[in-house]
Amino acid sequence: MKVKELTEILEGNVIYGEDFLDREVFTACGSDMMSDVLAFVKEQAVMLTGLVNPQVVRTAEMMDMKCIVFVRGKKPDMAMIELAEEREIPLVATDLEMFTACGKLYEAGLRGGSGR
Amino acid sequence: MGELNFKYDVLKNDFTCAGEASGKIKRTLKDLGFDSNLIRNVAIAVYEGEINMVIHADGGVITCDISPEAITVVLDDKGPGIPDVDLAMQEGFSTAPDNVRQLGFGAGMGLPNIKKYADDMLIETQVGVGTKITLKFLVK
Repeated sequence: MKVKELTEILEGNVIYGEDFLDREVFTACGSDMMSDVLAFVKEQAVMLTGLVNPQVVRTAEMMDMKCIVFVRGKKPDMAMIELAEEREIPLVATDLEMFTACGKLYEAGLRGGSGR
Repeated sequence: MGELNFKYDVLKNDFTCAGEASGKIKRTLKDLGFDSNLIRNVAIAVYEGEINMVIHADGGVITCDISPEAITVVLDDKGPGIPDVDLAMQEGFSTAPDNVRQLGFGAGMGLPNIKKYADDMLIETQVGVGTKITLKFLVK
């Protein structure tokens, strides 16, 4: 699934990364706990989170994630956007709740990956 | 390629910058052309260690030795030390304060994660003195 498609499915806005909308994601994870995200490697994943701080971008960086989606109308601050720009990780924001956002992407065919 | 050494200072209570050192190590390994799975394993383990240094210790020093056979990372801090290493290694056990949990950490996955991603892990710790964690990642 391309970043562009998941943004449409989630009725989201691209906050950063218009140049990366054709990037493919193969798996997804949803969590507000970065420790848990770091425990499970996913290939070319998108992370959905309601957490807003620079460590979200750093976690995505370490995991080679292809996109971050902020749920529940959460918005990253400038420092986060700048960090995402440096690391070339697109940021998408949606007003949908975590459960609904994950459900919509699952329904569209995205899966959680192989786990540990 | 010969042996390369890098040293990074981790500042105390600087949560915004936690991840700078691991990010730099990651980009260096990428520039050197290492396998992406290996790089990710190093990055995640060192990042967890770096977060631990910021949360629990007054910062510390991370050194990274890169050779064609292995990547060795030492995380050295002068923090409070770990009273019970076996307990600290248990998934879910955490002594992180609430403000750290609000930032998305402190699930008690840090040390178990580090062990999982590294090929070898040695913890040397003394209460009131500090903790030194040596990680080895084999280049396959």
